Amino acid sequence: MLIPLLRTYLRAYQRPIVLVIVFQLVSTIASLYLPGLNALIIDQGVVTGDTGYIVRTGVEMLAVTAVQITCSIAAVYYGARTAMALGRDLRDSVFVTVDSFAAQEVGRFGAPSLITRSTNDIQQVQMVVLLTFTIMIAAPIMCVGGIIMALRQDVYLSSLLVLIVPTLLVCVAAIISRMRPLFRSMQAKIDLINRILREQIGGVRVIRAFVKDTYEQQRFDGASTDLMDVSVRVGRLMALMFPTVMLVMNVSSVAVMWVGGHRIASGDMQIGTLTAFLSYLLQILMSVMMATFMFVMLPRAEVSAERIAEVLDTVPSVRAPQVPQVRTRHTGVVELRDASFSYPGAQEPVLHAANLMARPGETTAIVGSTGSGKSTLLNLIPRLVDVTGGAVLVDDHDVRSLDPTDLRFSIGLVPQRAYLFGGTVATNLRYGKADATDDELWAALEIAQAREFVEAMPGGLSAAIAQGGTNVSGGQRQRLAIARAVVKAPDIYLFDDSFSALDYDTDARLRAALSTITAQSSVIIVAQRISTVRNAERILVLDQGTVVGTGTHAALMATCETYREIVLSQLSEEEAA
Amino acid sequence: MSGSGSRPSPPAPSPTLRGPMGAMMGGASVKALNFKGSMRRLVARMRSERRLVSAAGVLGLVSVALSVIGPKILGHATDLIFTGLIGGRLPAGATKAQAVARLRVSGQDRIADMVAAMDVLPGRGVDFHAVGLVLLGVLVLYVAASVLSWFQGRVTTIIVQRTVYGMRADVEAKFSRMPLSYFDSKPRGELLSRVTNDIDNIAQSLQQTMSQLLTSLLTVIGVLAMMVYVSPVLALVALVTVPASMFITMTIAKRSQPQFVRQWATTGKLNGHVEEAYTGHELVKVFGRTDESVAAFRELNEQLYASSFKAQFISGLIQPAMMFIANLNYVAIAVIGGLRVASGSISLGDVQAFIQYSRQFTQPLTQVASMANLLQSGVASAERVFEVLDAPEQSADVQPAVMSKAVTPTGVRGRVAFEDVSFSYDPARPLIEHLDLVAEPGQTIAIVGPTGAGKTTLANLLLRFYDVDGGRITLDGVDIRDMRREDLRAEFGMVLQDTWLFGGSILANIAYGAADASASQISEAAQAAYADHFVRTLPQGYDTVIDDEGSSVSAGQRQLLTIARAFLADPAILILDEATSSVDTRTEALVQQAMAALRTGRTSFVIAHRLSTIRDADRIVVMVDGGIVEQGTHPQLLAAGGPYHRLYAAQFSGAVTDEDLEAAQPVG
Repeated sequence: MLIPLLRTYLRAYQRPIVLVIVFQLVSTIASLYLPGLNALIIDQGVVTGDTGYIVRTGVEMLAVTAVQITCSIAAVYYGARTAMALGRDLRDSVFVTVDSFAAQEVGRFGAPSLITRSTNDIQQVQMVVLLTFTIMIAAPIMCVGGIIMALRQDVYLSSLLVLIVPTLLVCVAAIISRMRPLFRSMQAKIDLINRILREQIGGVRVIRAFVKDTYEQQRFDGASTDLMDVSVRVGRLMALMFPTVMLVMNVSSVAVMWVGGHRIASGDMQIGTLTAFLSYLLQILMSVMMATFMFVMLPRAEVSAERIAEVLDTVPSVRAPQVPQVRTRHTGVVELRDASFSYPGAQEPVLHAANLMARPGETTAIVGSTGSGKSTLLNLIPRLVDVTGGAVLVDDHDVRSLDPTDLRFSIGLVPQRAYLFGGTVATNLRYGKADATDDELWAALEIAQAREFVEAMPGGLSAAIAQGGTNVSGGQRQRLAIARAVVKAPDIYLFDDSFSALDYDTDARLRAALSTITAQSSVIIVAQRISTVRNAERILVLDQGTVVGTGTHAALMATCETYREIVLSQLSEEEAA
Repeated sequence: MSGSGSRPSPPAPSPTLRGPMGAMMGGASVKALNFKGSMRRLVARMRSERRLVSAAGVLGLVSVALSVIGPKILGHATDLIFTGLIGGRLPAGATKAQAVARLRVSGQDRIADMVAAMDVLPGRGVDFHAVGLVLLGVLVLYVAASVLSWFQGRVTTIIVQRTVYGMRADVEAKFSRMPLSYFDSKPRGELLSRVTNDIDNIAQSLQQTMSQLLTSLLTVIGVLAMMVYVSPVLALVALVTVPASMFITMTIAKRSQPQFVRQWATTGKLNGHVEEAYTGHELVKVFGRTDESVAAFRELNEQLYASSFKAQFISGLIQPAMMFIANLNYVAIAVIGGLRVASGSISLGDVQAFIQYSRQFTQPLTQVASMANLLQSGVASAERVFEVLDAPEQSADVQPAVMSKAVTPTGVRGRVAFEDVSFSYDPARPLIEHLDLVAEPGQTIAIVGPTGAGKTTLANLLLRFYDVDGGRITLDGVDIRDMRREDLRAEFGMVLQDTWLFGGSILANIAYGAADASASQISEAAQAAYADHFVRTLPQGYDTVIDDEGSSVSAGQRQLLTIARAFLADPAILILDEATSSVDTRTEALVQQAMAALRTGRTSFVIAHRLSTIRDADRIVVMVDGGIVEQGTHPQLLAAGGPYHRLYAAQFSGAVTDEDLEAAQPVG
């Protein structure tokens, strides 16, 4: 997976890569050239006592050295730049791809794993590419140079290389192939650590309240120990790599000695050739050693590349149309026509052939028991998921035919879990409308019944909000999430059980204030409380994914058994009050 | 970035703790790396593996020694072959002396000298038996060297992995001692990055440097000894490279260090952004913020590219620079050596040997120097981990010695008293002032009031998530600050507004508060919380695995599970914090009954907004702006006609009307 990934992502860097190769080539040749000059100093300078020649050749050696360092630096420059640019490009692609995912795909990988893939995995690939540019290119040059020189010395003896090189390859390949599954498991363990820690930080209050610190530490320790075990097993194989290569090469030099000795004895070879041959073998050894250094990193990078490619190759289940239709009007009419949704492979649909028509100025409420498909229905409208049957239409266009950005521009969603981003009150409120003025923000806060507490927060609009909104209470979080949607002034409001954490008083005031600004918008509310929905123009009753009643409160009371049951359950509670 | 309106998200310093991260996250201002200090600390962490470290040292030493001896013995084989070669050319039957004499006679003086010095038997060719024996010996040496080096690698791996494992464990333990405000003030992904990316980087850096550093240093020392033995003068020339190398390495390293610090700090920030973008994935989409999110990501990504490129390039200069020094040294030795041979003060063979050694000397030296970038990167990461370990902790629990004077937490009756309690998250804005409240054992205290009145804060104080600023809270007469947090919290059962489930089976999630609960106890608790039914409808029942996001379980169901969890934990005191708000109304009615059952015999604090829930509370406390404005029973408060009455009236104005009651009658 590594090679195809690199082939795609390095395509843009052909020129710097060529430069790296050229500079490495020159630099390597220069350092191979130095011993030759040295030999000249000895053969022609020292032996003949020509001190002038010694100094002249010395200067020449200095010049070669200067060329060598210049080229090395240039190679490091282009190598580092290209490798780091590759990392950047990969991160960019992964991030943008994940952005295009629908909730289903995010759920399939899990956020913690996607996080590891976006940073840690890319880091591995990036490092191997860097090593390739700095070491790997020089290694084959040295190796080939060594082989050529060896061939020039003695062809027969060089035939031993035919034995040595494959042996080396087989050994290295055997070790690498055993490392790969371990690395795969290692990256999965890092995912697990990510997941556990993420849960622990998110659930720190519960953990402390339940005095489960010790238990959690054990849970973490389990994952951490697993990671250590896998890492040690990988490390053992890594530790095997270097000595194995060394052994193969050393045994080879012994073999060369033995075979070479016989050839010398039979007069087929000079003894000087043997010494020279051994020194070239040493050079080949050095280059293989350098390559080994990279081979150690390679399997992990390959596993990482696989994990990256897995993300990049995932086709999001919700895709933007090739040629989006353009809406002639933006009024916010929402229609569901036999809309169904089921998870792949599931036996029962979550939502079954639901029909709905919501017009601007109207409020449509969706009620039903837990798990009846209310949130799914809501998520179909902004295309967080796509129908598996039927269609969802906004302003008479199938939502799948519209530009998602344009579609979502019309929608203000207040999700069930009121998530706030780390930042300030203002950055959160401006989330849907970056250029909203402070006055607009205050107006929205006013409607969301949040003005009072925001004013009381240190800094007001610029008060800090922790990631997830954990530093404000649940009710405050919900109201800020509502204000965030209000700032956006959308054509369609989607409230997914968004008033649940509010007291009745606040809930009532909030809905009264909302009605003043939703006169031109379609409002779709998922709610539990009858008091929240009783004045809606239309109430949709869901039971196990099927619409069992549509109509006004009064009509449903007369016709819909399920609805009556829901109302009664709330009555019985308050009747006694 | 700040004016762009895109989510610049300066990681919100919490109102209470705006300290340590302020500087870290400020983008341009990156803290300088305290290389020496952090390196020393990193090394100190390996102290517990002292024995393994020395084992690795010994193994490395022997292995290096064997592989240095190897070529020498191999050289002996060459000699044997050469001897045989010469011997084979000499006439058989003659003695060595005769052969030498004969050579001199034929005028071949130089060969005669050579033969005289050799252990040669005229007429005998290459003694392959002897050569074989020598080669066998070398083979054994090489195998031994490889095996030892392998063992050294294995030991090193264990040292490194145990060290980073220890770091992970320490960070995890540290997390449990940190104040909540720490987590509120940091992007979660940033913290995650320290445990995954940074610790992983430390492991890789150590793994690669530890084994090679040792081998390289040993090689340098061994070779240096040989050089001094051959020619002290030339050795001096070679030795000059050592300070030169150190100087160059340090000069370059000084420049690359801040880049490494920046690289890993930016990695953390990027991870933070990525984590948040993936967590709020649907919001990013629906609010059309994809472009901004990508833009913010790209900015960080570009920063990461710039800093990691600079770090790698600058530190990557060390190797070429070292090669340069090595080559200069090589040239110097060649020239000086050549001149000295010409002047007759050293033999040619010695110069040649010396050049070989100088190669062997500078090569590992270069390796050591080029490890500097790995080490720097690793230490920059280590420092980020140490930073977490050094962060301020919540006030320490009282020592057991003091504890013994305090009440033993067992046999808690459950009398809770707030005595003149004052508290604020931000000193500039007092929240709770001089609050007095007593809950007798078994009483249900309902706390009502508008959102933001400080209801949740009371729970935070009770559980010592925060400590009071003034006054005290007592449990059965003991100041809770004199109890260990653990012991205190063990007395409390809690259902929080934020349902929290971890990735694991439903069974494990319910059993969270009582690890040794039996399956039947768990299902009893689930039944009591009305969770049993829906759990059984799931394909895998109680073994259904739910994840952090809880996608397979709805919000209402999550809540039922956390209620079941509280049932099972069976605590003395209950805190129900807006617990049942998102359970659907049909289920909620049932949960109310179960809750009532659970409350009997336990002191309960109910933080609620549905007044119907708390009508039968022993006392209802109405809080506004951090103070108690009214308290009493439901009838008392209604009769008083104060804020509670107003709240009550407001609740029912929008709720069910008489009309509904009538309409519902025929059905019921």
